[in-house]
Amino acid sequence: MKILFQQIIIGISIGSVYALIASGYALVYSLLDFSNWAHGEVCMLGAYCCFMATRIEKLPFAVSVVIGVGGAALISLLNERLAYRNIRRHGSPNMFLMIAAMGLSTTYQNLANVIWGSKFKQLPKLFKTTSLNLGGVFIGTSDLLCLSIAIVVLVILLLIINKTRFGLHVRAVACNGRTASLLGVKIDRVIAMVFLLAGALAGLAGVMYGMKYNVYPTMGNVGIKAFIASVIGGLGSVPGAIIGAMLLGLIETVVSGYISSGLRDLISFSLLIAILLIRPSGLFGVDVQEKA
Amino acid sequence: MLNAFYEGVIVIVCINIIAVLGMSVLTGFTRLFSFGNAGFMSIGAYGAAICSVQFGLPFPVAILIGVLAAGVVAFLLGSLTIRLRGDYFLISCLGFGECVWVLFNYTRNITGGANGYSNIPYRTTALVAFASAVLAFVIAWNFIHSKYGQNLSAIRENEVAAAANGIDVVKFKKMAFVFSALYAGWAGGLYAHYLRYITPALFNLSKSSELIITTVLGGLGSLTGSVLGTIIVQLLPEIFRSLAEYRMLFYGIAVVLVILVRPNGLYGYREFSLKRVVAFVTSRLGKGVKSHE
Repeated sequence: MKILFQQIIIGISIGSVYALIASGYALVYSLLDFSNWAHGEVCMLGAYCCFMATRIEKLPFAVSVVIGVGGAALISLLNERLAYRNIRRHGSPNMFLMIAAMGLSTTYQNLANVIWGSKFKQLPKLFKTTSLNLGGVFIGTSDLLCLSIAIVVLVILLLIINKTRFGLHVRAVACNGRTASLLGVKIDRVIAMVFLLAGALAGLAGVMYGMKYNVYPTMGNVGIKAFIASVIGGLGSVPGAIIGAMLLGLIETVVSGYISSGLRDLISFSLLIAILLIRPSGLFGVDVQEKA
Repeated sequence: MLNAFYEGVIVIVCINIIAVLGMSVLTGFTRLFSFGNAGFMSIGAYGAAICSVQFGLPFPVAILIGVLAAGVVAFLLGSLTIRLRGDYFLISCLGFGECVWVLFNYTRNITGGANGYSNIPYRTTALVAFASAVLAFVIAWNFIHSKYGQNLSAIRENEVAAAANGIDVVKFKKMAFVFSALYAGWAGGLYAHYLRYITPALFNLSKSSELIITTVLGGLGSLTGSVLGTIIVQLLPEIFRSLAEYRMLFYGIAVVLVILVRPNGLYGYREFSLKRVVAFVTSRLGKGVKSHE
């Protein structure tokens, strides 16, 4: 029972990192109706930005975290400015946005490989790898830290979307871009801001993931997990993405703890397909019929 | 006859042409994206390899069994997932591809697990590979220009309108899906009998995305474009051997540029035709003559 509780905490902690990335997917999907495949690589580049910053002497670690987050946000904005915006201007189908994102993802992954090499890089551990003892349940401090930071950030994100003027604009564009622009919402600015926001979230996730494990060129593959989480939750729904991510994190840890770590991905992917068969638009997705 | 290097290049190009043709029929003509085709390649490769090694079946029979295995799995998967829309279908394929990889890693007794499956006889010579690629192209060409292919194009252009005109959308989408899986299995079987040693990691997600990238570069909706795209994508790194580590970097940049500059790919919607080349050249020559006058 205690072990199960421990697993649940670890699962939610991993899930919270997925949730940071997945909510970025959901935000972009809700506005532009395409899966931003380069998002995982934005997360990876954020981690590398942070790593490069830690190499500068006498720079406090907090500042390097900010550099990591900011770097990722800028790269995300750059993607929008250089690639996605032009494609939208051409009036090409959404599919081309996704293909461009795939190209960007391959580019970044191999760029990182060329610049930094495929060796693992380490970010300094913020806390020593101690664990708290809560009545016989041992929980790593880094897990708890990840979880609490992520929860605070996600709550702020939900508040921004639901309570602020900017959030209202985002929701308006998500609902109907053309009408929103007729009513005076500056679509391009909203989209750019959303890319900045999503990039920053991904950067934070990258730094957290890098602290927990390592920094390496293919770590952007965690983005696939996050993508799956946002599909489970329903594409374009931020709360759905967060819940999907927590669920995925939980399933992964419980499966690797109780069944087999080799079968972890097999079971989580099978579960994904099963969920889609029962609810074809994810848990919280809206079933949108294609318009004629 | 040929030296080993050129033979290797020809075999690799031909095998990839087969896999990309399958992808092209699916993605170019129905707009369904499959990130699971490496999984079908894997099934084809392991199916054929096990038939050859374990049961000592002749090469064509082994390939055929691998192809059929991939097709049957695709039919079953397609029956479940083909109704999913857009990205939901894509992610289910991605999930499937990863499942195959993890599963083959896990089943050590049958597939050798992560250590790979070895001692496969060498059967895929340049001639076999070339003949297979030509046959694959001819079949795909006829399929696309048949009634079925026309239905697929109709679905691509407007699914609702196609359904309204009495085309069974689900049936034809599934047909294209199975078709692409058969081709992937075919390519996988040939690949196994060329490399003689396969591991599950050969057929991972990056192989699937390489197939998609090649299809897009060649042009969605063009079979000749797909062949051309494959030749370029596979040959360039051989020519620029010293730049091998930049290979995938260039792929990525090329995809982004092609999407920005020529959104329909090198040969989007059009097939390569000699007639048009001749017309183009003569018109240019004609202009040249006129300006001289």
